[in-house]
Amino acid sequence: METKDKKGMDRRHFLKTLGAGAVATTAALVGCNPRNNPASGDRLTGEVSADGMTYRTSPRGDRVSLLGYGCMRWPTRKDADGKEEIDQQAVNDLIDYALEHGVNYFDTSPAYVRGWSEAATGLALSRHPRDSYFVATKLSNFDASTHSREASMAMYRNSLKALRVDYIDYYLLHGIGMGGMEALHSRYLDNGMLDFLLAERQAGRIRNLGFSYHGEIGVFDYLLSRHDEIHWDFVQIQLNYVDWKHAKEVNPRNTDAEYLYGELQKRGIPAVIMEPLLGGRLSNVPDHVAATLKQRNPSSSVASWAFRFAGSFPGVLTVLSGMTYMEHLQDNLRTYSPLEPLTEQDRAFLEETAQLMLRYPTIPCNDCKYCMPCPYGLDIPAILLHYNKCVNEGNLPRTSQDEHYRQARRAFLVGYDRSVPRLRQASHCIGCNQCSPHCPQNIDIPKELHRIDGFVEMLKQGTAF
Amino acid sequence: MLRKIRIIIATICFVLITLLFLDFTGTLHAWFDWLAKIQFLPALLALNIGVVVGLVVLTLLFGRVYCSVICPLGVMQDVVSWIAGKRKKNRFRYSPALSWLRYGVLALFVVALLAGAVSAAALLAPYSAYGRIASNLLAPLYQWGNNLLAYIAERLDSYAFYRVDVWMKGIGTFLVALLTFVVLAILAWRNGRTYCNTICPVGTVLGFLSRFSLLRPVIDISKCNSCGLCARNCKASCIDSKAHQIDYSRCVACFDCLDKCTKGAIGYRLRRRPASEPAAVGPVGQVAPGSQQGDAGEKGISRRGFLSLTALLASTAVLKAQEKKVDGGLAVIEDKKIPHRATPIIPAGAESLRHFAQHCTRCQLCVSACPNQVLRPSEKLKTFMQPELSYEQGYCRPECAKCAEVCPTGAINLTDLAEKSSIQIGHAVWVRENCVVLTDGVSCGNCARHCPTGAIQMVPSDPERSDSPKIPVVNEARCIGCGACENLCPSRPFSAIYVEGHERHRII
Repeated sequence: METKDKKGMDRRHFLKTLGAGAVATTAALVGCNPRNNPASGDRLTGEVSADGMTYRTSPRGDRVSLLGYGCMRWPTRKDADGKEEIDQQAVNDLIDYALEHGVNYFDTSPAYVRGWSEAATGLALSRHPRDSYFVATKLSNFDASTHSREASMAMYRNSLKALRVDYIDYYLLHGIGMGGMEALHSRYLDNGMLDFLLAERQAGRIRNLGFSYHGEIGVFDYLLSRHDEIHWDFVQIQLNYVDWKHAKEVNPRNTDAEYLYGELQKRGIPAVIMEPLLGGRLSNVPDHVAATLKQRNPSSSVASWAFRFAGSFPGVLTVLSGMTYMEHLQDNLRTYSPLEPLTEQDRAFLEETAQLMLRYPTIPCNDCKYCMPCPYGLDIPAILLHYNKCVNEGNLPRTSQDEHYRQARRAFLVGYDRSVPRLRQASHCIGCNQCSPHCPQNIDIPKELHRIDGFVEMLKQGTAF
Repeated sequence: MLRKIRIIIATICFVLITLLFLDFTGTLHAWFDWLAKIQFLPALLALNIGVVVGLVVLTLLFGRVYCSVICPLGVMQDVVSWIAGKRKKNRFRYSPALSWLRYGVLALFVVALLAGAVSAAALLAPYSAYGRIASNLLAPLYQWGNNLLAYIAERLDSYAFYRVDVWMKGIGTFLVALLTFVVLAILAWRNGRTYCNTICPVGTVLGFLSRFSLLRPVIDISKCNSCGLCARNCKASCIDSKAHQIDYSRCVACFDCLDKCTKGAIGYRLRRRPASEPAAVGPVGQVAPGSQQGDAGEKGISRRGFLSLTALLASTAVLKAQEKKVDGGLAVIEDKKIPHRATPIIPAGAESLRHFAQHCTRCQLCVSACPNQVLRPSEKLKTFMQPELSYEQGYCRPECAKCAEVCPTGAINLTDLAEKSSIQIGHAVWVRENCVVLTDGVSCGNCARHCPTGAIQMVPSDPERSDSPKIPVVNEARCIGCGACENLCPSRPFSAIYVEGHERHRII
């Protein structure tokens, strides 16, 4: 899923500067009709095809668009009192546009966007015929107070209400693997919720039952071992060209997507893909990596490589992307309308790129905001993303002897104050560790924040390092 | 010609001194901090004999050019008076000196300084008054302008400008500055240099000296046709055109009369022989602006009632460790409140409360320069307008000694950063009732983590159980009172660890 604001800026900026030239030339050459030249030039700026979307068919016969809409990053705005609220008009526009251009899979959860996502998604979708879309939501009973059967059932029923539907197309056990087998037991097994959900599927109120997986591989293996009994209709996994073979290098707890996908293929279970962009880190890449990708195909966006990678696997039902901006949506629609599968050379090239990416010491934060709100007011993802941005832009001086130390120092410190209000910066992290258990990427958040704070101190004090 | 030179130099000095108060990056101070140091009262308080002697000699040679060129408050009044003059020409007229008022105020001023009531004296001191006006009235405008540029720069992906916080540092001092400005602006609009020649203690001292100045404007009676144009353009009201006499104690050597005289009857000449000084003429003047001014000062002090206002910051409910069921959102952060400190904290390099009170001219230059939002003017009567530290918005960072760099009087004096970080200006005190370790049941240690001297250690709250929650303990001997712990303490609105000031600083 891709969304950071800055990434948005970057890409838009990119569209404006590089793309403007392309438009001008193309328009001049072909008489203002870029479609006359389908071979090149239109991947970045051309018109978005309304009927070109690639579809995959599930074993139950659902014809699902390869691009799925992740509803975790809906746009928000400030209301009259300065409070954050969902920008429903923008949500409606995005959903209408997506449906018009062939997207028919929408993935939400009761926890997303401070709990507002389901209602906003439901409202926008309810303006369209029920058979024109598939909606997916989850049993997000992470908090201990929602582990009980009653609370979990209430959460499920509330999803039906918020989504304004009488059946859910795709329902998931949310974030299996976080908290290990213990969490699985108390969330789904011991309270009988799994049995309840199976019964709901029997009754037709859940059309497809699956789970999304992060974390301990034992839980994934355990649930797949019960496939013959449960018959999982789909499983949602994290897959991208870095996680394919290098998941452990990004995050020791994660498992290579190659293994996860292989296990699903063995059993014929369709895979729904999350984090195709590694939380935006595969679209907002280090300058050097961006140059390499652009060099190979100047007319396709950096992000499109990641989407083509995820979409090229035949066992993939849909690839989710949390698109906050129309430009992201259009870019992704272009990539999948239709999908141009990767060649063997392309795959080898992306493997090289993955290895290049791993040399940059970014923190594996995907900006999912599961850690938020921090009870002491820190803006955790903003701090980590600022750090990553500086890594990518080369504004992270390795030593105070660096040639560009002064510029990098200023960019890091001034940018830090811009990205994160002072009261929400890393220096205020007390290390209470209430955030870490919520992190699907298993980042040791206090440790990283204290490390960044120490780095900021060194920059501020100008000490040699 | 002389007038033009005067205007050019005065403009340069005025702009640079003003920028000293506005520039928060510290770039200008490196080059032009001497402009604050050559001001009369700061030099006197700093016992900077060289500068004082220099100014005395300057006045004995050229008259009160200090008042026309170096003094920013004088130039500010000239600016106001110049604008007023655009509307109405030839608006001044000769008035006799109010010597009893001038020397009376000077005597009071000296008594106040000697008695240690520097705050009262500082109300009248010209450089301090201008400093307060610049830092309280102009600096916020400058900073808002900067923030606008920062806003634009941010959108252009440029790091040339960064945002700064604009906040009310002290309502009492702000009101004093506002009142001073309004009163001075009205006086200058109507009568030019009234303040300088009736109230200003520096003006009185220099006026006394300038009677004996070597060079002075002189009326050539043979050329003068007594048209009175010079007197009507004299902002110091010191030319008695009928008697062909100039009151040199009030002449600020602005040279306006030289340019105005159509007959070329006034020249800036060497004194030839000990002329009979035009003594103070009438004992009572027809205008009594002085009484207005005295009023202004007292009113300023009476505004100290507002000081409690700063503590009354709006507060919102803090989001305590809530149950987390949904993702995203930001917890509300309550503003910190100022704790009660038995002894105020003053900057490292100020030596002691007494030394600081006696040497500080309350000009607010350090308050303007403090990049960490730590310094602010005191609101207490005894130390009114004198800078003190508090750690709600930031703390005294180890890499910064800006206050000492800019201080023109030597009230804050540091040789280097190493010296600063070894001076104990106060010590941290732990407040058990507020500590989140005990109130929220979480592990913390943010104070210990940020202590630059390692004076804070985390120890088990129950000495019997090593796994009990860890609380901070302060080794007062190593604490320097920088306030990192207080500022970064998660407890709000009152921190669970705060700094008590020390009366006399020492090196540890």
